[in-house]
Amino acid sequence: MSTLIDGLSLGSIYALIALGYTMVYGIAKMLNFAHGDIIMVGTYAVLTTMALCGFPVVAIVAAVIVCTILGVVVEKVAYKPLRGASPLAVLITAIGVSYLLQSIAQLIYGAKPQPVNLINFGHVTFGSTTLNISTLVTLCVAAVIMAGLTIFIKKTKTGRAMIAVSEDRGAAELMGIPVNNVITLTFGIGSALAAAASVFYLLQIPATSPTVGSLPGIKAFTAAVIGGIGSIPGAMIGGILLGVIEKVCMSIPALNPYTTAIEFSLLIVILLVKPTGLLGKKRREKV
Amino acid sequence: MAEYVLETKNLGISFGGLKAAQDVNLKIKKNQIYGLIGPNGAGKTTVFNMLTGVYKPTTGEIYLCGERIDGHGQEEINHKGIARTFQNIRLFNNMSVIRNVLVGLANQPEYKCSLATSMFRLPRHFKVEKAMRDRAKKLLDIFGLLEERNNLACNLPYGKQRKLEIARALATNPKLLLLDEPAAGMNPQETAELMDTIRFVRDHFDMTILLIEHDMSLVAGICEEITVLNFGQTLAHGSVEDVLHDPEVIRAYLGDD
Repeated sequence: MSTLIDGLSLGSIYALIALGYTMVYGIAKMLNFAHGDIIMVGTYAVLTTMALCGFPVVAIVAAVIVCTILGVVVEKVAYKPLRGASPLAVLITAIGVSYLLQSIAQLIYGAKPQPVNLINFGHVTFGSTTLNISTLVTLCVAAVIMAGLTIFIKKTKTGRAMIAVSEDRGAAELMGIPVNNVITLTFGIGSALAAAASVFYLLQIPATSPTVGSLPGIKAFTAAVIGGIGSIPGAMIGGILLGVIEKVCMSIPALNPYTTAIEFSLLIVILLVKPTGLLGKKRREKV
Repeated sequence: MAEYVLETKNLGISFGGLKAAQDVNLKIKKNQIYGLIGPNGAGKTTVFNMLTGVYKPTTGEIYLCGERIDGHGQEEINHKGIARTFQNIRLFNNMSVIRNVLVGLANQPEYKCSLATSMFRLPRHFKVEKAMRDRAKKLLDIFGLLEERNNLACNLPYGKQRKLEIARALATNPKLLLLDEPAAGMNPQETAELMDTIRFVRDHFDMTILLIEHDMSLVAGICEEITVLNFGQTLAHGSVEDVLHDPEVIRAYLGDD
């Protein structure tokens, strides 16, 4: 039982990150490999604010603001000039941005992992199961964020514009949608979600280093592909599935050492059976 | 008020050494239904792409109601008042019918509503959403699509997809509507219906329409004035009667002899 809840909670962190990948892919048609490093920046933003003032709430807000601005700036500086360039050039730029962010963090904070004490919630006991409160908080807040995002995309003008751009950028532009603003906004939202993920990550593992974003970044990307890249519910489902599998594998001693291998094998199996991912759309080739 | 809704002066574009269109001079009056015809590859769609800002013309000028618009981006030109449909239908396929129209409505100032307003769901958000929905329903009703408003656009039959494209374009509140081969793939009965729809749009929305078409019965049936392009150049121009009997035009379509 507690394994399941741990899994759901970890999965919701993956889902938040995966949403950033999938939204940017859906709307800007690019893989933003620097997305994981936005999480890293978020953790350092928390670290710095906690050192300066010590209020967790201020630190969380600071992380969200810093990440959102960073995401928008990266998009404007690095990706926007490449609009219309070959996807490979954009992909390589994204990898470059990723190394740049890691190196900057290393210059400022050094390469050594540092402890970050955000909030210590303690734990509660129900009968025989003991749960970390931080796990429950993560699960609930992430669920609220995801529900909010879904409503935003379904019910608002801006959300509709985002879907229209992801369906057919050219037609959307000709219908008067400010495509560039929509893309910038997508990066902003994706980065804010990454900031939220960084906070939840710190609640589970209270330490950071310049490469802290890599593994969650790659796993979330895997989750996005499993769910069907470009699909928002797909990213949520993929993330949660991956998180639960990870925690379940870790709790079984025989499988524990192979956890990561099992996760990535799942990706291969799903791509073999359903190449578009669980909720991915089939692309009809025009002849 | 300018004399012409759309006026182009010596409009031309070349891709490398290929002159895809040159010296295109169109003068379209208010409420006219104007045809742009020509054999395949004559540069008709290229002209549309220049008018809507997809391509930047290499030479010439475009005026919409007297205001120079060439060189502006697609989105800006749409806001200034040109909307279009596409030769191969380009609806937002995985969105419902009504949401396709709602996307078109988004550019209008009366439906302005800041991001923060939407996010915090202030009363203004609901007011604007309701106004947009009402307007979209009215548009769909006009085109006989109201019943199907919650279906996905890709599930509509072909003729209705064409109608929805026109509805979506009209939702952006244009001064000039460009239709790129609206009758392509339609049977004679559907084409006849389409002619009624186009006339209706002109009268009901007080619209000026420029259309590309291969179907001569449609062109002869509704266009008041036409321009014929061939190899990117204007071959003939005038009333439908004159142009369709012009030996040059007949030669361009049917070849020599």
